[in-house]
Order: sequence, then C-alpha cells, then structure tokens
Amino acid sequence: MANLAQQIVSGLASGGIYALLALAIVIIHRSTGVINFAQGELATLSAFICFALMNHGWAFWPAFFVTLALSFGGGMVLHTVVIRPIQGGPLLGIVILTIGLLIAINGLTTWIWGGTSQQFHGPFSTAPIRVAGVAFSKQDIGVIVVAVVAMLVLGLLFARTKLGLGLRASAVNPSEARLVGVPVPAMLAVGWGLACALGAVAGVMAAPSLFLDPNMMQTVLLYSFAAAVLGGMDSPAGAVVGGLVLGVSLNLLGTYVDWIGGELRLATALALILAVLLARPSGLFGRSIVRRA
Amino acid sequence: MSLLELRDVEARYGEVTALHGVSLTVDDGDFVAILGANGAGKTTTLRAISGTVKTTGQIVFQGERLHRRTPEGMARRGIAHVPEGRGTFASLSVFDNMRLGAWTQRGPSARDLARVFEFFPVLYDRRDQQAGTLSGGEQQMLALGRAMMAKPRLLLLDEPSLGLAPLVVREIFATLRSMNDRGTTIVVVEQNAALALGSAKHAYVLETGRVVLGGAAEELRGDESVRRSYLGY
Amino acid sequence: MRLKLLYVSLGALALIVLPFALSDFRTGQLATVGAYFIAILGLDVLTGHSGQISLGHGAFMAIGAYTTAILVGHHGVRDLATIPIAAAVAGGIGLLAGVPALRLSGLYLALATFGIAVVFPTILKKFDTFTGGSTGISFFGSPHQTGHGTGVTILGAHLSNLQWLYALTWVIGVALFLLVWFLLASRFGRALRAVRDSELAAAAAGVNRSAYKVTAFGLSAALAGTAGSLFAINIAYVSPDSISIQLSLYLLVGAVVGFFGSIWGAILGALLIEFLADVVGLIPHVDTKQAGPTSFAFGAILVALMLLLPLATRLGAAVGRRGYPRPR
Repeated sequence: MANLAQQIVSGLASGGIYALLALAIVIIHRSTGVINFAQGELATLSAFICFALMNHGWAFWPAFFVTLALSFGGGMVLHTVVIRPIQGGPLLGIVILTIGLLIAINGLTTWIWGGTSQQFHGPFSTAPIRVAGVAFSKQDIGVIVVAVVAMLVLGLLFARTKLGLGLRASAVNPSEARLVGVPVPAMLAVGWGLACALGAVAGVMAAPSLFLDPNMMQTVLLYSFAAAVLGGMDSPAGAVVGGLVLGVSLNLLGTYVDWIGGELRLATALALILAVLLARPSGLFGRSIVRRA
Repeated sequence: MSLLELRDVEARYGEVTALHGVSLTVDDGDFVAILGANGAGKTTTLRAISGTVKTTGQIVFQGERLHRRTPEGMARRGIAHVPEGRGTFASLSVFDNMRLGAWTQRGPSARDLARVFEFFPVLYDRRDQQAGTLSGGEQQMLALGRAMMAKPRLLLLDEPSLGLAPLVVREIFATLRSMNDRGTTIVVVEQNAALALGSAKHAYVLETGRVVLGGAAEELRGDESVRRSYLGY
Repeated sequence: MRLKLLYVSLGALALIVLPFALSDFRTGQLATVGAYFIAILGLDVLTGHSGQISLGHGAFMAIGAYTTAILVGHHGVRDLATIPIAAAVAGGIGLLAGVPALRLSGLYLALATFGIAVVFPTILKKFDTFTGGSTGISFFGSPHQTGHGTGVTILGAHLSNLQWLYALTWVIGVALFLLVWFLLASRFGRALRAVRDSELAAAAAGVNRSAYKVTAFGLSAALAGTAGSLFAINIAYVSPDSISIQLSLYLLVGAVVGFFGSIWGAILGALLIEFLADVVGLIPHVDTKQAGPTSFAFGAILVALMLLLPLATRLGAAVGRRGYPRPR
C-alpha cells in the first residue's frame, strides 16, 4: 500500500512535467494552429541556460526566474521571426519548419554543452519526507508544487487579466479581435512566449531526475503529445488532466506490469496517441468537428 | 462637418476588384445607409473603412488622411466595426465579450457596463453564458453592446437585420436611432432598403463597386429607380 | 526534354566513372548515398506526390535493414536474396500502416509518424531475441555476404568490397529511379497528385482516393525497405541507434532539399545527408568530430528553406515549373 502511494506521488511528479509541456503545446496549437515539434528541445535549452547560470555562481531560484524571462522573450522572438512569416502558408511547411527547429536546437545544445549527461542540482533535496508514515521524495513533492503553482498562475492570467482576455480572443477569433483593437500578432507572440516559459519550467524541473543532456526531453515530448492529444489538442484543462493521469498510469503500469517494465512505457504512450487519434480525433475533452467527405 | 470621407477608393480581393473608385462622405452625427444588391461591394466598403482590406485612394477620418491602416489601429481611432454575422466571440462569455469591447479604453468601467445593460437587460441576465448560446437577436444586441463599450466615434454595422425576426429588427434599429440621437455617427449596410431608409438620414446606393446614387434618405425613398429596384414598388 | 536527357547521360557517366576516380572510402560513402537516395525517393512519392506527411520513414528503413540482418546473420540467407524480401516486408507493413493513416489529417499524421520514429528504437531493444537488442546484429565476413567483405569478381574484373557495394546500390537505385519516374509520369502519378491537391476534386473525378493513398504508402515503404536493406548490406551491421529519430528527420531534410516531388532533387538530398558533416567541417574553428555543429547546420538549412521556399516557388512559377516529370 505504501509502495502504491509512493508510485502515485512520483507518477504525479512526472505527470506534472508532462502536463506543463502539454500545456505549452496546447497554447501554441490553439492560438496559432501549429504543432510545435521543437517544444521539447526548447525546454532542454532552457534547462541548460539555467544550468549555465548556476555554474556561474548564481543560486537556483534567481537563475530559474531569469531563465523563465529569457525563455519567454525567446519564444516571442521565435514566433515573430520564424513562425509569423509562414503562418498563412501550407501546413506541411510549418510542420517541417518546427522539425527544422528541433534539429537545429538539438544540434546547438550539443555543440555548446557537449553530448554527455550532466548532473543538475535542483532546488529540492532527494531526501525523503515522511507523511503518514510513508516516505515520499522531497523532490517529487517539490515538482508537483511548482507545476501546480505554474499552472495556477497561467490559469489566472488567462481568466482574469486583460492580457489573458486578449490572448483568448486572438486564439478564438483573430479577425474579430483585431476589429475590437486587440493587437493580434503581438498576442500570438506572447502566446509563444508563455508556452516557452512553461517549457522552461518543465525542463528545469525534469533535469535533476533525467540528467541534463541534449536529448533529455525527447521522450517527455512524446508523453506530452499523448497528454495533449488525450485532451483534444485544444483544451488546456484536458492537457493538464491528461498529463497527470498519464504520469500516474505509466508509472503504475511500468511498476506492476512486468512485460511493459521500463522499456515499453514509450510505446504505451504512442499506442495511446494512436488509439485516441484514430477513435476520437477530438480527444476525450475536445469538441468534435464533423468533416463530411 | 465631415467625419469620414472616401475619395475614389478601390479595393481588390486578389485578382477581383470589388470597389471601382467609391467616393462618399459621412458627417459628424450622421446616420448613413449603404444599399445595394448582393455583391455590390457594400461589405467591402465597410472593410475598407475599418482597414480590414487593402485599398488605394484616399480615406480621410476626422480631417486626417490615413495611409497604412490596420484594423487595430482604426479601432483605436474610434471606429467600431460590427461585421456580418455579428462577430461575437462565441466560445467566450457574454461578459468577456463586453470586456473585449472596452479594449481600446483603459478598461471596462462599471458605468459603461451599467449603461449597456440598461439598454439590453437580457445581456445582464445572460452575462456568464457562452455568447454562442444566445439567440440571433440577443447576439446582435451583444454586438451592439460591445460596440457601445468602445465609445466609438463611428459605428459601422454590416447587415444587422440578417436572420432576425421583424420585431427584433425594429428594436435594434430603434436602439441605433437612440444611439445616433446621443451623438454616435452610424453607417449601416443593409439589403433591407426600406428598413434602412426608415431610420437613416442619408443614403448611398452601390452597384458593382461604384456609387450610383447618393443623397438624403427621404429623397431616395421617393426616387423612381430606388423604388423599383430596392423597395419593390 | 533534350536538356533532361543531357542531365541523365551526364549523371550516368558520373555514376560509372566516380568509383574509379575516387578513393575507396569515398566510394563507400557514395554507396550509402545511394541507399539514402532510394529512401528519399520513397518519401517523395509519399509526401511530395500523395500529400501524406511521414516523419517516421526511418522506421521503414529499419524494417528493411533488420529483415536483411536477421536473415543473413541468424538464418544464413544470401544477402542479395534478402533485398526483395526486405522490400516486400516493409512494403507490406506500409500497406497495413496506410489504412489507419487514412483517418489522420496532415498534422495528426505527422504527430503519429513522429511518435513511431521515436518509439521504434525502444521496440527494437525490447524484442532483443530477434533483434539483438542494443548491440544489434553484425554479419561482416559472413559466408552469406557476397564477396565475404573482401571484394567480388564480375566478368573477370575485380571490384573491391566498397566498389561492389557501390555498384550494387546504384544499379538498384537507378532501376528504382526509372521505375518511380515512369510510375509518376503515368496515370498512377496523375491520380496520386490529384488526390494530393484536392481530395474532393479527385473523388468527383472518380478516383478511389483511399486505394491510391494506401498504395502510395506501401510503395514508399517498399522503397525505404530496399534502402534499409542496402544500408545494412553496406555496413554489414544494424543497431537501434543507427535508425534513430535523427535518420527519419534527416531523410525529411533530404526530401525537402529536393523540393519534395522533384526526384532529381532526391540525389541532392541524399548527398546532403552524407556529406554535410564534411562541408560543415570546412568552416574554421568548427569541430565536426562532435555531432552538434552538423545537426545545427541541418536544422538551420531546413528552417531557412521553409522560410525561403514560398519565395522560391513564386519565382519558380514565374520561370517555369520544376518538379515531377511531364508525360510526353
């Protein structure tokens, strides 16, 4: 029983990371219609930036927040320079462009920091904390808290602030939003900035346990896609729930089903993606759009 | 005093020219109707004014010649454009739609909100509902309410009567007249000529992208050709 | 048309002369280029001509490669004989995969194939009794390898091992090229492109869209499988790492550089994959013993291409269309 609780908590921690990255993917897809295949690599880059700052003597939290700011800015620049020029064009072109970003950023990270794994000292110790007699990892709890806080902040931003209103309007009906005076192109850039900031949180939270290396977020990306797809690619709530549920289920499946073990977790996530896409393309939370013929 | 002037404005959608040199004037405080058959260029004229479509020719607003115009920029200058189909944000709440209307202001003031809800009490009742679940008439009221939140100098409306019951339409136009009385300049594009001429002070008739007739609303109501083509008698 | 004939003749000439003009090592590299060329041909058919995005084509190459490796390494089959088998296996799986692919629209198909590319190596590692797991399968020097790794004598002339592999790859490559060229210029190709450009219009014209799309999937998979098989024969070794997600993405780069659908560009793309590392190494202070700079260059090229292509296609439309061959 104790083991089950531990597995659930650690599943929630990984799930929190998947949820954060899935949120980023959904925000970008909802507002600009793009599936950003480079989201994982951007998160890795953010983690490395935080790492570099800490290597220069910065304490974790200042480094973390500066990384968030840089990632936000970087996301905005990325959208303006690289995505906006081709946004009206064919889908294939945009997909291939984000793939190009994936390859380029992965290459850049490897070039600057090398291909070997590094140790990343997160803010939470790996010491156990006992709750009701069961030992949980402080790191797991810490990650869950950070993830929840980040998601709450984002949720409040979208629901309560003028900026959030503008972001929602731009995503839902850009031409209308412009008529009301919303600077839609700027809003879309902010959307990308927020997404990259979320990715940064995911990357930095994942780094201590995954070990920092350029390919660190590749598998996380696939899990996050699964979570986003589960939620219907357009539902932030769906992405969050999807991520948490996925994290816990994969952990439990991996622990208690021998055949899946550690190696087939990824394949399970893929099977999930395929099953949802084929059976219910609008996801479990999304709205279905009927296309005839 | 002229608030808005279009001089020889041309507009194209790709290869197709929709406006072949449209010239018209809208005075401050005026209520102008733009009439014409389908495809005459009425919607495009409004789009030209609000900056949604690229144009050549001169557009003068509040005495200033406007060059590179974007919809956001025109909104900030005080032009509110309610497009065909109401343009409400269907998945956002009624309240959020209203907040969006006040985007160019510093924020929705409680007073502005109260004023709009006074005009349209049904919007207050439904303020937390998704805008897409409202009836056609209610959505039109929402569009108008949203426009009011912007405190516009110039209100552009594209086919406000489309798809609405006659009773509702009469209410809408009564509201428009009331807004006009309080000083809002209004330009309405309408296929329903009788309705529009009943409320407007001036009118223009468009045919295949050109102004063919223009003048006081009463004159046009009496005009032989207008009566035959657009009023049906 | 005469210009094209000229290019073809020059190309054929170059093909025949090169292995004698270049070092053995380069010849070996060009043999690998041949394998990539065939794989990119497959991707051209699938994405360029039938409009189905595949980010996981490396998986079909892997299927072909592993089929060959398992047959040669574990079951003693002659390597040449495994090539058509690999093509058939990959093609069959491609046909099967093409059916669910029909249900997925562009973006989601990209997502699904991306997922397959990422997951495939893990599946290879899991079923290690068949696949040799992480260590892979090696059959260098095996008695079933034509030439035993030391070379081959044909018609009295002795070819070194690499020269033999070069010849094998390019003979098959040219043959497949002609086959694909012929197919794309025929009614099959026209129907395919009709489906790509407008599903609705194609349906109205009576074209069985599903049949063509699935066939395209199968055909392109068979081509990739052949490429994989040749790839495996070339280095006499397969492992999950040689078929990483990177391969699928690099194939995509190659296809894009070849402007998707221009099968002449497939050669350019294949050359790029093999030789970009060398080109990047020419830049001073850049250390290409590391993978980083080359990957970065790949990605940057892809991004730049996608930003510039809209301009290029507009220019191209003005100058005169390149791309798929026209029927006579």
